[in-house]
Amino acid sequence: MRPFKYNRPLDLATASNAGTSGSFIAGGTNLLDLMKCDVEQPSQLVDLNHLGLGSISETADGGLELGALATNTTTAYHPIVQERYPILSRAILAGASPQLRNKATNGGNLLQRTRCPYFFDTDSPCNKRVPGSGCPAKEGYSKLHAILGASDSCIATHPSDMCVALRALDATIRVSGPHGERRIEFADFHRLPGDQPEIETSLEKGEVITAILLPADGFADNFAYFKVRERASYAFALVSVAAVARLEGNQLKEGRVALGGVAAKPWRDLEAESLLCDQPCNAETFGNFADALLQSAKTYPGNRFKVPMARAAIVRALSEATHLNQL
Amino acid sequence: MPTKHIGQPYDRSDARDKVLGRATYTAEHLVPDLLHGHVISSKIACGRITHLNTDHALKIPGVIAVLSHKTDFKTARFDLSYKDMDSPPGSPFRPFSTPEVKFAMQPIALVVAESTELARYAARLVEVTYEVDPHNTDLMGSLSESKAGKGLRAGVESPSNRGDFRAAYNKSEVQTSSDYLHPSQHHNPMEMHASIVHYHDEKSLTIYDKTQGVKNSQHYVTMAFGLRKKNVRVLSPFVGGAFGSGLRPQYQLFLATLAALELKRSVKVQLTRPQMFSFGHRPKTHQTVSLGASRDGKINAIFHHAVGETSRFEDYIENVATWAAKLYDAENVEQQYRIVPLDTYTPLDMRAPGGASGLYALECAMDELATELKMDPLDLRLKNYSEEDPSAGKPFSSKALKECFAQGSTRFGWDSRHQRTDTPYGKHRGSGMATGIWDALQFPTRAAATLASDLKLEIRIATADIGTGTYTIMKQIAAEELGLPTESVDAKLGDTDFPFAFIQGGSATAASVGSAVRKACRKVQKQLLKEAGKMKNSPFQHADIDDVVFEDGLLKRKDDPQMQTSLKQIFADRDIDQIDKKCTWTPNLLKQRKYSMNTHSAVFVEVEVDADVGFVSVERVVVAVAAGRILNPKTARSQILGGVVWGISMALHEESYMDNSLGRFINHDFANYHIPVNADIKDIEVIFVEEDDTVVNPLGVKGLGEIGLVGVPAAVANAVFDATGKRVRELPITPDKLFAEP
Repeated sequence: MRPFKYNRPLDLATASNAGTSGSFIAGGTNLLDLMKCDVEQPSQLVDLNHLGLGSISETADGGLELGALATNTTTAYHPIVQERYPILSRAILAGASPQLRNKATNGGNLLQRTRCPYFFDTDSPCNKRVPGSGCPAKEGYSKLHAILGASDSCIATHPSDMCVALRALDATIRVSGPHGERRIEFADFHRLPGDQPEIETSLEKGEVITAILLPADGFADNFAYFKVRERASYAFALVSVAAVARLEGNQLKEGRVALGGVAAKPWRDLEAESLLCDQPCNAETFGNFADALLQSAKTYPGNRFKVPMARAAIVRALSEATHLNQL
Repeated sequence: MPTKHIGQPYDRSDARDKVLGRATYTAEHLVPDLLHGHVISSKIACGRITHLNTDHALKIPGVIAVLSHKTDFKTARFDLSYKDMDSPPGSPFRPFSTPEVKFAMQPIALVVAESTELARYAARLVEVTYEVDPHNTDLMGSLSESKAGKGLRAGVESPSNRGDFRAAYNKSEVQTSSDYLHPSQHHNPMEMHASIVHYHDEKSLTIYDKTQGVKNSQHYVTMAFGLRKKNVRVLSPFVGGAFGSGLRPQYQLFLATLAALELKRSVKVQLTRPQMFSFGHRPKTHQTVSLGASRDGKINAIFHHAVGETSRFEDYIENVATWAAKLYDAENVEQQYRIVPLDTYTPLDMRAPGGASGLYALECAMDELATELKMDPLDLRLKNYSEEDPSAGKPFSSKALKECFAQGSTRFGWDSRHQRTDTPYGKHRGSGMATGIWDALQFPTRAAATLASDLKLEIRIATADIGTGTYTIMKQIAAEELGLPTESVDAKLGDTDFPFAFIQGGSATAASVGSAVRKACRKVQKQLLKEAGKMKNSPFQHADIDDVVFEDGLLKRKDDPQMQTSLKQIFADRDIDQIDKKCTWTPNLLKQRKYSMNTHSAVFVEVEVDADVGFVSVERVVVAVAAGRILNPKTARSQILGGVVWGISMALHEESYMDNSLGRFINHDFANYHIPVNADIKDIEVIFVEEDDTVVNPLGVKGLGEIGLVGVPAAVANAVFDATGKRVRELPITPDKLFAEP
């Protein structure tokens, strides 16, 4: 491991300042791995664990504020999360292992880096790690890779399960930085690769995530988180689907679907979602929606299966969320 | 047939030490003034190093040296000196011997520093430039370049042929023919490979090595570095899994020894998890199986052709296409095994080498034929069952496979397998079966036994316990022979100071080591009897060893058990401190050559497939195993459970993904190289059908290391077909392959 300085600020302003020239560390479940692999080479670590950002509390508008430093475990098993935002709990518990979730924080979950094996292997080219070096995934190992929103320079995906649910719930991120506090809509938080795959979020230098804000409606009656992976646990998604819906009788009033494992960010298509407005709840509605969402999909030799798999997973998740075909 | 100690479900004798962290694994041994080496792995697959700049690395305080092909060191000149007990024919890889790069992740330099962190850091500051040559790592694109492997090695036989396959196949009423493929797989034991070389002087070393044979490591090091065996002691008392990865001395042993001799210091080298993908592996293998049969299911023609990968420098061969000719009595059989040299490291025996590959293809093909015939797959096997070994023209020393079929199918409920109605929504259930077979191998083994006057017995053999329970069964056998409690027996292994044993592999250890323990203890018995005969008024004066028994610390006459003496009394009366005996046990080849000796299994698997997304869950496995006498049903069951998990892993999970354009395995960590997690493993039931086999060895033991695995991949694949109607002929059966576009 390369030598680095360690800094433990006790207030946000100091942290932000230090963060302009260092890397933030919270749970460290991803950063430490990347440092051991020499993918991340921070000269300074700024430890956020002493800023008092670990609480979970209800907000004035009826929503819920998840502290950035609350662990994934605390969040997933929080009674309000379980009762009012069960899809979030379900998604968190679909990821990683109990040990990792005990350490991993909510803010860190958002900032996970891709699990593309070429990104981790410093002896392979990777445009995200070394801009301009190339992307072997396009013709190589691409099971975990994007079919939506990718670019010629990078087809990596964001590995989080939690973020897929947050996108479906329309969460907001609160950040604090050298220029004060601001809010970022979840949809705008992660960036698509374009020709700068090394820039993954809209965070400015020195900005610290302080909280994730959930709106009042958690869709506790009609939700599903469906994850397709290669083993029963402890594997990243080939495709995952967070689906929430509002129903009136058998009529679908609103449906939201976010996909994981298919893009550099949790993927939603608001235009396609209009096909879930005021429609009967049936396989045809769901299938039409899935086809529209996947219309712009672009596959690579190693991930052609993902389009039909995503379609099946979307129909499955929406059926589950709307209690269709349940035994 | 359990007796007082043998056949009893003793707990693993080293279990408590392992759980409490008191069992010291290779990298954990404490050696004073230890230096730490970190290996730099080649970035390219083929070419040569043109420049290696170590200036920046050496400037770091605490960094001692960077060794590479540029280091001027003296090792043996000829290939023969680098051969080990498991070397395939060819020219063994010699680290740092030239600037040439022959495979990706080849060790090209060793950074030695005062701490492992420093060594690892400094390794990143070493600048390497290469001249790159084109490489080829693509087996499927090179099938036409296959060749016959040259030479043979221990346990590997040539595929046999009989009759005229082509003519018989062409005339067959029913013909099936399919191609099968499985990827490269890496052993990945939990404990990564490591060596600590404790430097005493330029001629003498004590080495802790992760190995399945300390004698093999000692042989390799002494030959390569021109040292004498009496001056090089190799120890490996605990091995954190190996599965074949420790059958050959791996390059960390060479590098640690080189560094210690060059720097005149003690050195430790431990590989990283990615580097565990840089040496031997199960070779990617392409197979074709064609079966010709009559309408009633009698197979008259079998064709089994396999092509596996090897390196450019060694011809790795294994028994892939030898099993059909043994298992089935078809009159016309053509078997062929060929290899394709590629720019990779030489493959290496990995649990059930060849058998896991070959039986996967053969037993899937049997299922395809059964489907074609609309015949129960179990009936098809019974119809073509070989009572004798038709490939060798000899009887089996024992073969309780029919009983395995009977007990396994009953326990599984094979006949009523399609009567389920409780399958959840969107899920499909299916059942499949397959046959397993493996060789009952044995190797000459030496043993030493020391019985002290306080009746503490010590058994010493330079074998290994790779987690299988060797310590435990050694104690049981010794206790049985001398009529002592197992607590009085100390089993010692993993030390070159002990008598010779071959590498621990091929399911041969329980039979070989067990037989040597028994023989050494019998020599102690004889000495005890002789001494007893010299006691005053001894009832044993003219007694023969067959006239007495050793029980509960006593020596008794069989014809009159009241005529007895305690063993302690013998020591006291005769005024002796201890009895030391050594022996060499060799298999009775005269007796054995008239027979074929194999273990067998019948595997039954039930899967549930989420057909919407192609996810397979193995719900239930019943495996019935015929492997001679079972020494310890508890450790034996554990071994079979582990084998079944391996089989599920091979069927559904494991793949070392070779990126052919980069020429390297790319998923070299446990995030992307999948093995099953707990949630993937459900009910596994093990049945032992014991065989009374007097041919294999006096203990009647055949070995269990591989038989638990071999039939499982095919049984899983066949169950997936039963559930979905889809044949996936390429392992692993992952959702992408099974996923059917609606």
